[in-house]
Amino acid sequence: MSGKKRITIALTGLNAVDSPGPGVAVVRGIRDCKDFDVRIIGLSYESLEPGIYMEGITDKTYQIPYPSAGSESLLTRLEYIHEKEHIDVLIPNFDAELYNFIKLAPKLKEMNIHTFMPTIEQFEARDKINLFTFCKKNNFLVPRDRTVYSVAELPAAAAHFNYPLVVKGKYYDAAVCQTLEQAQKAFHKLEAKWGLPIIVQEFILGTEINVAALGDGKGNTISAIPMRKLFITDKGKAWAGVTLEDSKLIKLARDFIKATNWRGGCELELMVTNDGRPYFMEVNPRFPAWIYLTVGAGQNQPAALVKLALGEELEPFTTYAVGKTFIRYSWDMIIDIEQFQHFSAFGEN
Amino acid sequence: MKLLSNIAVSESGYLFNPTNGDSFSSNAVATDIISLLKQDKNPDEIKKAILEKYDVEKSTIERDLDEFLQELRDNYLMDGDVR
Repeated sequence: MSGKKRITIALTGLNAVDSPGPGVAVVRGIRDCKDFDVRIIGLSYESLEPGIYMEGITDKTYQIPYPSAGSESLLTRLEYIHEKEHIDVLIPNFDAELYNFIKLAPKLKEMNIHTFMPTIEQFEARDKINLFTFCKKNNFLVPRDRTVYSVAELPAAAAHFNYPLVVKGKYYDAAVCQTLEQAQKAFHKLEAKWGLPIIVQEFILGTEINVAALGDGKGNTISAIPMRKLFITDKGKAWAGVTLEDSKLIKLARDFIKATNWRGGCELELMVTNDGRPYFMEVNPRFPAWIYLTVGAGQNQPAALVKLALGEELEPFTTYAVGKTFIRYSWDMIIDIEQFQHFSAFGEN
Repeated sequence: MKLLSNIAVSESGYLFNPTNGDSFSSNAVATDIISLLKQDKNPDEIKKAILEKYDVEKSTIERDLDEFLQELRDNYLMDGDVR
Protein backbone atom coordinates (compact mmCIF):
# COMPACT_ATOMS: atom_id res chain seq x y z
CA MET A 1 0.00 0.00 0.00
CA SER A 2 1.49 3.36 -1.02
CA GLY A 3 1.72 6.26 1.41
CA LYS A 4 0.49 8.66 -1.25
CA LYS A 5 -2.46 10.87 -0.62
CA ARG A 6 -5.54 9.32 -2.25
CA ILE A 7 -7.80 11.99 -3.66
CA THR A 8 -10.76 12.26 -5.97
CA ILE A 9 -10.67 15.21 -8.36
CA ALA A 10 -13.58 16.30 -10.54
CA LEU A 11 -13.03 18.64 -13.45
CA THR A 12 -14.52 20.05 -16.64
CA GLY A 13 -13.02 21.05 -19.98
CA LEU A 14 -12.69 17.61 -21.57
CA ASN A 15 -13.39 18.96 -25.05
CA ALA A 16 -9.97 18.30 -26.52
CA VAL A 17 -11.07 19.55 -29.95
CA ASP A 18 -9.55 22.09 -32.36
CA SER A 19 -10.35 24.91 -29.95
CA PRO A 20 -9.71 22.85 -26.84
CA GLY A 21 -10.72 23.17 -23.23
CA PRO A 22 -7.88 22.75 -20.71
CA GLY A 23 -9.32 19.71 -18.89
CA VAL A 24 -7.27 16.95 -20.52
CA ALA A 25 -4.03 18.93 -20.04
CA VAL A 26 -4.95 19.60 -16.39
CA VAL A 27 -5.53 15.86 -15.83
CA ARG A 28 -2.17 15.04 -17.41
CA GLY A 29 -0.41 17.45 -15.05
CA ILE A 30 -2.17 16.03 -12.00
CA ARG A 31 -1.50 12.43 -13.03
CA ASP A 32 2.19 13.27 -13.57
CA CYS A 33 2.52 14.45 -9.95
CA LYS A 34 3.96 11.68 -7.82
CA ASP A 35 2.53 13.10 -4.58
CA PHE A 36 -1.03 11.93 -5.22
CA ASP A 37 -2.89 8.76 -5.98
CA VAL A 38 -5.83 10.20 -7.88
CA ARG A 39 -9.21 9.18 -9.15
CA ILE A 40 -10.33 11.59 -11.86
CA ILE A 41 -14.02 12.32 -12.36
CA GLY A 42 -14.80 14.06 -15.62
CA LEU A 43 -17.67 16.53 -15.82
CA SER A 44 -18.83 17.04 -19.39
CA TYR A 45 -21.45 19.09 -21.18
CA GLU A 46 -21.52 17.06 -24.41
CA SER A 47 -21.49 13.32 -25.10
CA LEU A 48 -18.71 13.67 -27.65
CA GLU A 49 -16.09 15.44 -25.57
CA PRO A 50 -12.98 13.37 -26.40
CA GLY A 51 -11.68 13.37 -22.81
CA ILE A 52 -14.59 11.11 -21.82
CA TYR A 53 -13.24 8.32 -24.02
CA MET A 54 -9.46 8.88 -23.95
CA GLU A 55 -7.40 6.18 -22.25
CA GLY A 56 -5.86 7.20 -18.94
CA ILE A 57 -7.62 10.56 -18.61
CA THR A 58 -10.81 10.14 -16.60
CA ASP A 59 -11.82 7.18 -14.43
CA LYS A 60 -15.48 8.06 -14.82
CA THR A 61 -17.39 10.95 -16.39
CA TYR A 62 -20.75 12.49 -15.61
CA GLN A 63 -22.71 14.87 -17.77
CA ILE A 64 -23.59 18.17 -16.09
CA PRO A 65 -26.15 20.83 -17.10
CA TYR A 66 -25.12 23.75 -19.27
CA PRO A 67 -24.25 26.99 -17.43
CA SER A 68 -27.44 28.57 -18.80
CA ALA A 69 -29.47 26.13 -16.64
CA GLY A 70 -28.25 28.05 -13.57
CA SER A 71 -26.39 27.22 -10.39
CA GLU A 72 -29.27 25.35 -8.69
CA SER A 73 -29.50 22.62 -11.30
CA LEU A 74 -25.70 22.39 -11.32
CA LEU A 75 -25.74 21.94 -7.54
CA THR A 76 -28.37 19.21 -7.74
CA ARG A 77 -26.26 17.31 -10.24
CA LEU A 78 -23.05 17.82 -8.21
CA GLU A 79 -24.80 16.52 -5.07
CA TYR A 80 -25.71 13.34 -6.95
CA ILE A 81 -22.14 12.90 -8.26
CA HIS A 82 -20.60 13.68 -4.87
CA GLU A 83 -22.78 11.11 -3.15
CA LYS A 84 -21.32 8.46 -5.43
CA GLU A 85 -17.76 9.69 -5.80
CA HIS A 86 -16.87 11.70 -2.65
CA ILE A 87 -15.12 14.48 -4.52
CA ASP A 88 -12.17 16.05 -2.68
CA VAL A 89 -11.25 18.75 -5.21
CA LEU A 90 -13.26 20.32 -8.03
CA ILE A 91 -11.58 22.26 -10.87
CA PRO A 92 -13.80 24.15 -13.32
CA ASN A 93 -11.92 24.93 -16.52
CA PHE A 94 -14.28 27.11 -18.60
CA ASP A 95 -14.87 30.86 -18.39
CA ALA A 96 -18.60 30.53 -19.06
CA GLU A 97 -19.24 28.08 -16.21
CA LEU A 98 -17.04 29.77 -13.60
CA TYR A 99 -19.65 32.22 -12.37
CA ASN A 100 -21.99 29.38 -11.35
CA PHE A 101 -19.20 27.44 -9.66
CA ILE A 102 -17.97 30.54 -7.78
CA LYS A 103 -21.53 31.15 -6.60
CA LEU A 104 -21.69 27.57 -5.33
CA ALA A 105 -18.28 27.71 -3.60
CA PRO A 106 -19.70 28.06 -0.03
CA LYS A 107 -22.10 25.15 -0.65
CA LEU A 108 -19.30 23.05 -2.07
CA LYS A 109 -17.19 23.84 0.98
CA GLU A 110 -20.02 22.62 3.24
CA MET A 111 -20.02 19.42 1.20
CA ASN A 112 -16.26 19.15 1.87
CA ILE A 113 -15.44 19.73 -1.80
CA HIS A 114 -12.35 21.91 -2.08
CA THR A 115 -11.99 24.45 -4.85
CA PHE A 116 -9.40 27.08 -5.65
CA MET A 117 -11.17 29.65 -7.80
CA PRO A 118 -11.06 33.44 -8.06
CA THR A 119 -13.60 35.43 -6.08
CA ILE A 120 -16.50 37.10 -7.88
CA GLU A 121 -14.67 40.45 -7.53
CA GLN A 122 -11.49 39.05 -9.09
CA PHE A 123 -13.51 37.32 -11.79
CA GLU A 124 -15.34 40.51 -12.71
CA ALA A 125 -12.32 42.86 -12.51
CA ARG A 126 -10.63 41.12 -15.43
CA ASP A 127 -13.82 40.72 -17.47
CA LYS A 128 -13.43 42.11 -21.00
CA ILE A 129 -15.90 44.86 -20.19
CA ASN A 130 -13.94 46.00 -17.11
CA LEU A 131 -10.38 45.24 -18.24
CA PHE A 132 -9.58 48.79 -19.38
CA THR A 133 -10.64 50.34 -16.08
CA PHE A 134 -8.87 47.63 -14.10
CA CYS A 135 -5.61 48.08 -16.01
CA LYS A 136 -5.70 51.87 -15.81
CA LYS A 137 -6.27 51.69 -12.05
CA ASN A 138 -3.26 49.40 -11.65
CA ASN A 139 -0.98 51.15 -14.17
CA PHE A 140 -0.95 48.28 -16.65
CA LEU A 141 -0.83 49.10 -20.36
CA VAL A 142 -4.11 48.29 -22.10
CA PRO A 143 -5.59 49.16 -25.51
CA ARG A 144 -8.31 51.80 -25.45
CA ASP A 145 -11.77 50.38 -26.02
CA ARG A 146 -15.47 51.23 -26.36
CA THR A 147 -18.37 48.97 -25.44
CA VAL A 148 -21.21 49.05 -27.97
CA TYR A 149 -24.72 47.64 -27.78
CA SER A 150 -25.93 48.32 -31.34
CA VAL A 151 -24.43 48.46 -34.79
CA ALA A 152 -25.51 52.12 -35.00
CA GLU A 153 -23.00 52.95 -32.27
CA LEU A 154 -20.10 51.55 -34.31
CA PRO A 155 -19.14 54.63 -36.37
CA ALA A 156 -18.84 56.79 -33.26
CA ALA A 157 -16.84 54.14 -31.43
CA ALA A 158 -14.62 53.54 -34.45
CA ALA A 159 -13.93 57.27 -34.73
CA HIS A 160 -11.94 57.08 -31.50
CA PHE A 161 -9.36 54.80 -33.09
CA ASN A 162 -7.55 54.54 -36.41
CA TYR A 163 -8.13 51.53 -38.59
CA PRO A 164 -7.36 48.71 -38.24
CA LEU A 165 -9.33 48.16 -35.07
CA VAL A 166 -10.43 45.04 -33.25
CA VAL A 167 -14.06 43.98 -32.77
CA LYS A 168 -14.42 41.48 -29.94
CA GLY A 169 -17.17 39.19 -28.72
CA LYS A 170 -18.39 39.20 -25.12
CA TYR A 171 -16.77 35.85 -24.27
CA TYR A 172 -14.66 34.72 -27.20
CA ASP A 173 -13.57 35.60 -30.73
CA ALA A 174 -12.23 38.78 -32.24
CA ALA A 175 -11.80 40.23 -35.73
CA VAL A 176 -9.26 42.75 -36.95
CA CYS A 177 -11.19 45.17 -39.18
CA GLN A 178 -9.78 47.57 -41.78
CA THR A 179 -13.05 49.39 -42.62
CA LEU A 180 -16.38 50.29 -41.05
CA GLU A 181 -18.07 47.70 -43.32
CA GLN A 182 -15.82 44.96 -41.97
CA ALA A 183 -16.50 46.12 -38.42
CA GLN A 184 -20.28 46.01 -39.02
CA LYS A 185 -20.01 42.50 -40.45
CA ALA A 186 -17.92 41.38 -37.46
CA PHE A 187 -20.44 43.00 -35.08
CA HIS A 188 -23.35 40.98 -36.49
CA LYS A 189 -21.37 37.74 -36.50
CA LEU A 190 -20.17 38.15 -32.91
CA GLU A 191 -23.55 39.33 -31.66
CA ALA A 192 -25.22 36.24 -33.16
CA LYS A 193 -22.69 33.96 -31.50
CA TRP A 194 -22.04 35.51 -28.11
CA GLY A 195 -24.67 38.20 -27.61
CA LEU A 196 -24.19 41.80 -26.53
CA PRO A 197 -22.26 43.90 -25.77
CA ILE A 198 -19.51 43.99 -28.37
CA ILE A 199 -16.14 45.55 -27.60
CA VAL A 200 -14.37 47.80 -30.11
CA GLN A 201 -10.70 48.00 -29.28
CA GLU A 202 -7.62 49.85 -30.46
CA PHE A 203 -5.32 47.63 -32.56
CA ILE A 204 -1.88 47.06 -31.03
CA LEU A 205 0.85 45.85 -33.35
CA GLY A 206 3.26 43.43 -31.74
CA THR A 207 3.97 39.86 -30.75
CA GLU A 208 1.35 37.95 -28.80
CA ILE A 209 2.76 36.38 -25.66
CA ASN A 210 0.66 34.43 -23.17
CA VAL A 211 1.54 33.82 -19.55
CA ALA A 212 0.09 30.90 -17.55
CA ALA A 213 0.10 31.84 -13.89
CA LEU A 214 -1.07 30.55 -10.53
CA GLY A 215 -1.85 32.83 -7.59
CA ASP A 216 -2.24 31.68 -3.99
CA GLY A 217 -5.03 34.13 -3.16
CA LYS A 218 -2.79 36.14 -0.83
CA GLY A 219 -0.98 38.10 -3.52
CA ASN A 220 1.80 35.58 -4.11
CA THR A 221 2.60 34.09 -7.49
CA ILE A 222 3.32 30.39 -7.19
CA SER A 223 4.17 30.05 -10.87
CA ALA A 224 4.28 32.15 -14.04
CA ILE A 225 5.48 30.88 -17.40
CA PRO A 226 5.46 32.94 -20.60
CA MET A 227 4.80 31.24 -23.93
CA ARG A 228 4.88 32.42 -27.52
CA LYS A 229 2.63 30.73 -30.03
CA LEU A 230 4.64 29.24 -32.87
CA PHE A 231 1.71 27.97 -34.89
CA ILE A 232 -1.75 29.50 -34.73
CA THR A 233 -4.99 27.95 -35.97
CA ASP A 234 -7.60 29.91 -37.88
CA LYS A 235 -9.39 30.32 -34.53
CA GLY A 236 -6.30 32.00 -33.11
CA LYS A 237 -5.46 29.02 -30.90
CA ALA A 238 -1.92 27.87 -30.29
CA TRP A 239 -1.11 24.61 -32.08
CA ALA A 240 2.55 24.89 -31.04
CA GLY A 241 4.32 27.17 -28.59
CA VAL A 242 7.59 27.69 -26.77
CA THR A 243 8.47 28.85 -23.26
CA LEU A 244 10.30 32.17 -23.07
CA GLU A 245 12.76 33.78 -20.73
CA ASP A 246 11.44 37.24 -19.98
CA SER A 247 11.78 38.61 -16.49
CA LYS A 248 9.66 41.66 -17.42
CA LEU A 249 6.67 39.48 -18.30
CA ILE A 250 7.06 37.38 -15.17
CA LYS A 251 7.19 40.56 -13.10
CA LEU A 252 4.03 41.75 -14.89
CA ALA A 253 2.27 38.49 -13.97
CA ARG A 254 3.39 38.91 -10.36
CA ASP A 255 2.14 42.52 -10.36
CA PHE A 256 -1.23 41.35 -11.72
CA ILE A 257 -1.56 38.64 -9.09
CA LYS A 258 -0.51 41.04 -6.32
CA ALA A 259 -2.96 43.71 -7.51
CA THR A 260 -5.87 41.24 -7.53
CA ASN A 261 -4.78 38.72 -4.85
CA TRP A 262 -5.62 36.28 -7.64
CA ARG A 263 -6.73 32.90 -6.41
CA GLY A 264 -6.23 30.02 -8.84
CA GLY A 265 -4.97 29.66 -12.36
CA CYS A 266 -5.14 32.32 -15.02
CA GLU A 267 -3.80 33.18 -18.44
CA LEU A 268 -2.60 36.65 -19.32
CA GLU A 269 -2.90 37.40 -23.03
CA LEU A 270 -0.40 40.14 -23.82
CA MET A 271 0.65 42.00 -26.94
CA VAL A 272 4.27 43.06 -26.68
CA THR A 273 5.15 45.93 -29.03
CA ASN A 274 8.43 46.00 -30.91
CA ASP A 275 9.77 48.52 -28.40
CA GLY A 276 9.01 46.05 -25.61
CA ARG A 277 5.81 47.45 -24.05
CA PRO A 278 3.39 44.69 -22.90
CA TYR A 279 -0.32 45.50 -23.35
CA PHE A 280 -3.01 43.47 -21.59
CA MET A 281 -5.34 42.08 -24.24
CA GLU A 282 -7.30 39.69 -22.02
CA VAL A 283 -7.07 37.83 -18.75
CA ASN A 284 -8.64 34.37 -18.77
CA PRO A 285 -9.78 33.31 -15.29
CA ARG A 286 -8.61 29.69 -15.60
CA PHE A 287 -5.73 27.63 -16.91
CA PRO A 288 -5.14 27.77 -20.68
CA ALA A 289 -5.42 24.66 -22.89
CA TRP A 290 -1.59 24.68 -23.22
CA ILE A 291 -1.12 24.33 -19.44
CA TYR A 292 0.70 21.00 -19.83
CA LEU A 293 3.66 23.03 -21.18
CA THR A 294 4.16 24.36 -17.63
CA VAL A 295 4.52 20.74 -16.48
CA GLY A 296 7.05 20.07 -19.24
CA ALA A 297 8.95 23.21 -18.29
CA GLY A 298 9.23 22.15 -14.65
CA GLN A 299 6.40 24.00 -12.90
CA ASN A 300 3.40 21.70 -12.57
CA GLN A 301 0.68 24.32 -12.16
CA PRO A 302 -2.31 21.90 -12.16
CA ALA A 303 -0.76 19.79 -9.36
CA ALA A 304 0.15 22.96 -7.44
CA LEU A 305 -3.47 24.14 -7.69
CA VAL A 306 -4.70 20.84 -6.23
CA LYS A 307 -2.29 21.26 -3.29
CA LEU A 308 -3.47 24.84 -2.72
CA ALA A 309 -7.09 23.66 -2.84
CA LEU A 310 -6.29 21.09 -0.16
CA GLY A 311 -4.90 23.83 2.06
CA GLU A 312 -1.18 23.27 1.60
CA GLU A 313 1.16 26.26 1.83
CA LEU A 314 3.37 26.34 -1.25
CA GLU A 315 6.65 28.08 -1.93
CA PRO A 316 6.76 29.77 -5.34
CA PHE A 317 8.57 27.91 -8.11
CA THR A 318 11.84 29.64 -9.00
CA THR A 319 13.11 28.03 -12.20
CA TYR A 320 11.77 26.57 -15.40
CA ALA A 321 13.15 25.37 -18.72
CA VAL A 322 13.26 27.98 -21.48
CA GLY A 323 12.77 26.73 -25.04
CA LYS A 324 10.43 23.88 -24.05
CA THR A 325 8.05 23.47 -26.94
CA PHE A 326 4.64 21.88 -27.26
CA ILE A 327 3.13 20.68 -30.51
CA ARG A 328 -0.53 19.76 -30.39
CA TYR A 329 -1.88 16.99 -32.56
CA SER A 330 -5.18 15.43 -33.45
CA TRP A 331 -5.88 11.72 -33.17
CA ASP A 332 -8.82 9.65 -34.31
CA MET A 333 -9.98 7.42 -31.48
CA ILE A 334 -12.06 4.39 -32.27
CA ILE A 335 -14.82 3.58 -29.81
CA ASP A 336 -17.86 1.34 -29.96
CA ILE A 337 -21.16 3.08 -30.52
CA GLU A 338 -22.43 1.43 -27.31
CA GLN A 339 -20.01 3.54 -25.26
CA PHE A 340 -21.38 6.71 -26.81
CA GLN A 341 -24.98 5.51 -26.54
CA HIS A 342 -24.50 4.59 -22.90
CA PHE A 343 -23.09 8.00 -22.04
CA SER A 344 -25.78 9.81 -24.04
CA ALA A 345 -28.60 7.83 -22.47
CA PHE A 346 -27.47 7.73 -18.84
CA GLY A 347 -25.28 10.85 -18.57
CA GLU A 348 -22.42 8.81 -17.12
CA ASN A 349 -20.12 6.05 -18.29
CA MET B 1 27.99 45.81 -30.75
CA LYS B 2 27.34 42.43 -29.16
CA LEU B 3 25.06 39.50 -29.75
CA LEU B 4 22.50 39.26 -26.93
CA SER B 5 24.04 37.09 -24.25
CA ASN B 6 21.02 34.79 -23.94
CA ILE B 7 20.80 33.85 -27.63
CA ALA B 8 21.16 30.10 -27.97
CA VAL B 9 23.09 28.89 -31.02
CA SER B 10 23.36 25.23 -31.95
CA GLU B 11 26.32 23.72 -33.81
CA SER B 12 24.14 23.46 -36.89
CA GLY B 13 23.54 27.22 -36.87
CA TYR B 14 20.03 27.26 -35.40
CA LEU B 15 19.42 30.45 -33.39
CA PHE B 16 16.79 30.76 -30.68
CA ASN B 17 15.95 34.04 -28.99
CA PRO B 18 14.51 32.98 -25.59
CA THR B 19 13.08 36.44 -24.94
CA ASN B 20 10.62 36.49 -27.82
CA GLY B 21 10.71 32.91 -29.16
CA ASP B 22 12.07 33.87 -32.59
CA SER B 23 14.20 31.22 -34.25
CA PHE B 24 16.43 31.33 -37.33
CA SER B 25 18.49 28.98 -39.45
CA SER B 26 21.87 30.21 -40.62
CA ASN B 27 24.32 28.95 -43.21
CA ALA B 28 27.94 28.00 -42.47
CA VAL B 29 29.40 31.51 -42.90
CA ALA B 30 26.65 33.10 -40.80
CA THR B 31 27.18 30.45 -38.12
CA ASP B 32 30.90 31.32 -38.03
CA ILE B 33 30.12 35.04 -37.75
CA ILE B 34 27.68 34.39 -34.92
CA SER B 35 30.22 32.25 -33.15
CA LEU B 36 32.80 35.07 -33.46
CA LEU B 37 30.27 37.61 -32.19
CA LYS B 38 29.66 35.36 -29.17
CA GLN B 39 33.41 35.53 -28.53
CA ASP B 40 33.09 39.37 -28.51
CA LYS B 41 35.12 39.80 -31.71
CA ASN B 42 34.80 43.20 -33.43
CA PRO B 43 33.91 43.55 -37.16
CA ASP B 44 37.56 43.84 -38.24
CA GLU B 45 38.47 40.66 -36.38
CA ILE B 46 35.45 38.89 -37.87
CA LYS B 47 36.34 39.97 -41.42
CA LYS B 48 39.92 38.76 -40.91
CA ALA B 49 38.76 35.38 -39.63
CA ILE B 50 36.30 34.89 -42.51
CA LEU B 51 38.91 35.91 -45.12
CA GLU B 52 41.32 33.38 -43.67
CA LYS B 53 38.76 30.59 -43.75
CA TYR B 54 36.85 31.23 -46.98
CA ASP B 55 37.88 32.06 -50.53
CA VAL B 56 36.12 35.42 -50.78
CA GLU B 57 36.92 38.99 -51.92
CA LYS B 58 37.54 41.52 -49.13
CA SER B 59 34.95 43.90 -50.62
CA THR B 60 32.35 41.11 -50.63
CA ILE B 61 32.83 40.16 -47.00
CA GLU B 62 32.77 43.85 -45.97
CA ARG B 63 29.44 44.39 -47.69
CA ASP B 64 27.95 41.07 -46.61
CA LEU B 65 29.02 41.48 -42.99
CA ASP B 66 27.44 44.94 -42.77
CA GLU B 67 24.22 43.55 -44.21
CA PHE B 68 24.23 40.56 -41.90
CA LEU B 69 24.86 42.66 -38.79
CA GLN B 70 21.98 44.90 -39.84
CA GLU B 71 19.81 41.81 -40.25
CA LEU B 72 20.71 40.72 -36.72
CA ARG B 73 19.79 44.18 -35.42
CA ASP B 74 16.51 44.17 -37.39
CA ASN B 75 15.63 40.89 -35.68
CA TYR B 76 16.44 42.19 -32.20
CA LEU B 77 19.35 39.86 -31.69
CA MET B 78 21.97 42.47 -30.80
CA ASP B 79 22.52 44.12 -27.45
CA GLY B 80 20.61 47.37 -27.16
CA ASP B 81 17.69 46.19 -29.32
CA VAL B 82 14.54 46.00 -27.29
CA ARG B 83 13.02 42.68 -28.33
